[in-house]
Amino acid sequence: MRLRTVEISVGAFMLAGILALAFLAIQVSGLSIRENNRATYTLYAHFNNVAGLAVRAKVSMAGVVIGRVTSITLDPKDGRAKVAMSIDKSVNYLTTDTIAAIQTAGILGEKYIALSNGGDPDILKDGDEITDTQSALVLEDLIGKFLTSMGNKKD
Amino acid sequence: MLNFLQRLGATGLETLAVFGRSGIIWWHALWGWPDWRNGPRLLIRQLYFVGVYSLVIIVVSGIFIGMVLALQGYTVLVRFGADQALGQLVSLALIRELGPVVAALLFAGRAGSALTAEIGLMKATEQLASMEMIGVDPLKRVLRPRLWAGMISMPILAQIFNMVAIWGAVAVGVDWLQVDAGSFWANMQSAVEFREDVVNGLIKSVAFGAVVTWIAVFQGYDAAPTSEGISTATTRTVVYSSLAILGMDFLLTAVMFGVK
Repeated sequence: MRLRTVEISVGAFMLAGILALAFLAIQVSGLSIRENNRATYTLYAHFNNVAGLAVRAKVSMAGVVIGRVTSITLDPKDGRAKVAMSIDKSVNYLTTDTIAAIQTAGILGEKYIALSNGGDPDILKDGDEITDTQSALVLEDLIGKFLTSMGNKKD
Repeated sequence: MLNFLQRLGATGLETLAVFGRSGIIWWHALWGWPDWRNGPRLLIRQLYFVGVYSLVIIVVSGIFIGMVLALQGYTVLVRFGADQALGQLVSLALIRELGPVVAALLFAGRAGSALTAEIGLMKATEQLASMEMIGVDPLKRVLRPRLWAGMISMPILAQIFNMVAIWGAVAVGVDWLQVDAGSFWANMQSAVEFREDVVNGLIKSVAFGAVVTWIAVFQGYDAAPTSEGISTATTRTVVYSSLAILGMDFLLTAVMFGVK
């Protein structure tokens, strides 16, 4: 075995190890998020409660995925959650009265944003805000309301 | 009764002596003034035999383990409508446990046994003795590069194993079973912490690499210089290092991920 081949393959081996570690760091543990290079535009929406919604969650319309949540921040002006979504450029017919609701896939599934189109003639453009929103359903609140109403009925 | 006690005591002392001997050999072989002239060349050669030769078995079993994990995970998760959590399940299982452990078990079978047989044969054919005769320390010349090569290549192999297994899981989960690719990666990225999971997995694999090569090299060095002795030593290497890997994995997991 010539030393040169040995050295080359050891070098390739170590390089493969470093690449694997980089893959695990970037792609798997998400040290920096992969850029999606498809053409998109950004819409904003304010929610009272985004409990359980994650960055990179789906944005869907009639069950079809049309975008992703890109950031979730707390708006200091009104203390509500400000959600930025990147929507596929091809979906360019969202009206200004579009409703954005946070929904859950199954009982234990992940949260996503469901958009439903309205009938307004004006179209949402890049940077616009969806004003009509419905917050995440918090199961504990619902159970709490249910229990108090049950208690009230008995009296 | 006394005979039994005597036998028990003898076994205990013998075990203790083996541990002490292997510890002394490990210490003397691993540490000390580095040999700048020959060291790198010997180390690269051992990295080649220990690391590069193990690559094929690691990659192939990684792909299949990732695919099986994805398939089994999917069939259970899809009942609860939680098949988006597949990426999370697969990546955490691989990075925390399966990657380091399975790669180390394969490494023990592939490289550990070869190391034992090689050193055992060197001893049987009196190469080690003749090295000492011409004033070369076989601990430094033969054992040291092998020990270091094991400790360096084991984490590399484990990371390659993880990467390939996740690709296998993507092939089955995303491309075949149609789990949403974005949810798959997003859940994975939100579940896996670099410091907590990837680095701890890396530490595990370094520890396993050190233990496997330690056992392999010591069994070879300590083997009876006969064909039978070498075969016993090789078997012992595989058995002992597998047990050591699994036992150590429990301890390391308890320390790293245990209840705080």
